[in-house]
Amino acid sequence: MSDLLNVTSSPHVRAKDDTQRIMLYVIIALLPATCFGIYNFGWKAALLIVLTVASCVGSEWAWNKLLHKKDTVKDLSAVVTGLLLALNFPSSIPWWMAILGGVFAIIVVKMFFGGLGQNIMNPALGARAFLVISFAGYMTDFSEYPGFVDTFGGATPLATIKAGGLAQVDILRMIIGTTPGTIGETSMIALVVGAMFLILMGVIDLRIPGTYILTFAIFVLLFGGYGFNMDYLVSQLAGGGLMLGAFFMATDYVTSPITPTGKIIYGIILGLLTGVFRIFGGSAEGVSYAIIFTNLLVPLIEKWTVPRAFGIAPVKKEVKTDEK
Amino acid sequence: MGIGTFKGGVHPYDGKELAKNEPIVELKPTGEMVFPVSQHIGAPATPVVSVGDSVLRGQKIAEAGGFVSAPVFSSVSGTVKAIEPRRVATGDMVMSIVIESDGNFIETGYNEVDDVSKLSRDEIIGRIKDAGIVGLGGAGFPTHVKLSPKDPDKIDYIIVNCAECEPYLTSDYRRMVENPEMVVAGLEIMVSMFPNATGVFGVEDNKPDCIAKFNELIKDKPRLKVQPLLTKYPQGGERQLIHAVTGRDLNSKMLPADVGCIVDNVETVCSIYMAVKQGKPLMHQIFTVTGDMAKKPCNYLIYLGTSYKEILEAAGGVKGDVAKYVSGGPMMGFALFDLDVPTTKTASAILCMSKDEASMYETTACINCGRCVEACPENLIPSRLADYAEHGQDEEFEKWYGLECIECGSCSYGCPARRHLAQAIRTKKKTILAAKRAAAAKK
Repeated sequence: MSDLLNVTSSPHVRAKDDTQRIMLYVIIALLPATCFGIYNFGWKAALLIVLTVASCVGSEWAWNKLLHKKDTVKDLSAVVTGLLLALNFPSSIPWWMAILGGVFAIIVVKMFFGGLGQNIMNPALGARAFLVISFAGYMTDFSEYPGFVDTFGGATPLATIKAGGLAQVDILRMIIGTTPGTIGETSMIALVVGAMFLILMGVIDLRIPGTYILTFAIFVLLFGGYGFNMDYLVSQLAGGGLMLGAFFMATDYVTSPITPTGKIIYGIILGLLTGVFRIFGGSAEGVSYAIIFTNLLVPLIEKWTVPRAFGIAPVKKEVKTDEK
Repeated sequence: MGIGTFKGGVHPYDGKELAKNEPIVELKPTGEMVFPVSQHIGAPATPVVSVGDSVLRGQKIAEAGGFVSAPVFSSVSGTVKAIEPRRVATGDMVMSIVIESDGNFIETGYNEVDDVSKLSRDEIIGRIKDAGIVGLGGAGFPTHVKLSPKDPDKIDYIIVNCAECEPYLTSDYRRMVENPEMVVAGLEIMVSMFPNATGVFGVEDNKPDCIAKFNELIKDKPRLKVQPLLTKYPQGGERQLIHAVTGRDLNSKMLPADVGCIVDNVETVCSIYMAVKQGKPLMHQIFTVTGDMAKKPCNYLIYLGTSYKEILEAAGGVKGDVAKYVSGGPMMGFALFDLDVPTTKTASAILCMSKDEASMYETTACINCGRCVEACPENLIPSRLADYAEHGQDEEFEKWYGLECIECGSCSYGCPARRHLAQAIRTKKKTILAAKRAAAAKK
């Protein structure tokens, strides 16, 4: 028995997709929105994207190096975080703020909690919230908008609508994306193209984004104050961070429920909260806070929605009373 | 009625083209043959021969050790050389009868019947029991026990598992292509035992030739039908197959008979035919030699007791360095650490793999992606179960239905973090069940 053969446990084959490849798919899916953002906002947007990604990757590398941990940069998750964070910046913020955001996202929101898979909220959104609170002036200033005739007077379409200016909003431009806003959020088309790629590659499914958008749409129709006004509905869907949030941030694996029913509930809560924040809140925006807040509810949602195993019959009510 | 599929599952590369078109060739063994007395679920068989005895092919060499047990027969004629513990494919040491073949294959007589339809239910079961037939798909559950449910009238489906959903394996496929009439005859015998039963061939739709052949053969047999199934692993899992064919669900605490079903795989049904009609005991299996490193992938009719090594050598050996030899398919088969072990009733294939995908990737952090959840045919949350297993949280493990796992490996297959989910869950499941059995034994 000296020459024992190699033995490992079944299954003996594995699928192709690993974490790195999934992250790569997400990066590819974000490229249309990224490219459109650069086209829309110019070279400064490109610089901010590069700085934020570099800051995220650098922070993760340095953290692992300093704490003598295994290098995890090659899983590309830091690149995704950096890209998402940059797409949430107005193009006018100073360069150091992009770097600070990247460091905060990775070190505070992700690595403090144990790294990939352990963070309780989306790192990019956590960092964005931090920056909005710390530098509200910079983070909500969308007046710098080069290249196109500005019919919005420096306000985002949603802010215009909030101020009662639905008639002044050009819906077609909102769908294409040639409006003020954050770097990556403006183009509904670019985001939906990327999302379709993710769905096609099996990275995400429609449970979360579908229920999110549907719930939000219903909420807006009921409580928006415009009745069944298609212009209002479409501008609410295309405007602000909804598409970016629904397809790329709410679907973040780590911070969304793993149970199938949980995903539906999560989507519904997101839709309701976004609606409440946008319509009844002080700001025209509400996607990122809705996602951050719902991220924190995930453990609870999962606890409620453990699926019954195959072939396990639902517990009958009579049985319950017997136990009492 | 069923929907022809189930929820969950994965689509691994199926590798069947390697051996699919190789006709079954009989492989006559030489030299030493080893017959472990425990080749089935249940009590080990008791040897009825002694060292030095000469035996004939087809002679009973060990008798059933209880109701849930099965006798063992010699597949060669020769002399009993030893009765001693021998290493088997799973790595255990099992008491075995070692027979030196004389190379003549002199047979004992078989008690053939002319008309099986004249046999009574009990006679059929008796013949199956005496032939040592067990579930040949891998479980090894004695078939006569399966065919003796409490209430035979309540059985309304006899399902032949023709899914062969394990990648690479082609033995069932070859049997269906070469001897479909034998499978049909076997099922007819089974159906005749249950007055209310319909016989169903559950065939994955990647085998259209088998579906066509069965349909042709059962034209005038109203009690038999063919149910095409969507090709997806693990369609051949018992619970998944029953769901796909009948729409009924069952859990780990139930037997197929509890939902009116009896399931047997292709080769088992053929063996039933041979036992009942020809009176032949179980001495053979169809065995696939395959994998990307097998020099000449092929299908053999093997004599049980032949060593894996002899079969592989007969097939021309391997092309180069093999990273891993697997007994069975790549999803649920087990790796062999020695090839000089005997084939048993549940052996179906040897897979020679150039890569060990189970160990070549580095395990990284779980990203909660939910692919294991989507893949799990049992509707479990494998990533959490593996966490509970690794952290020793037995209570949580059971609460999240960990004991329902069928160990199909779909979760590990699809995991992008390359976690060993199935391994962790399987291990925890075993220890919990063992503890339960021990507790029950104490009472």
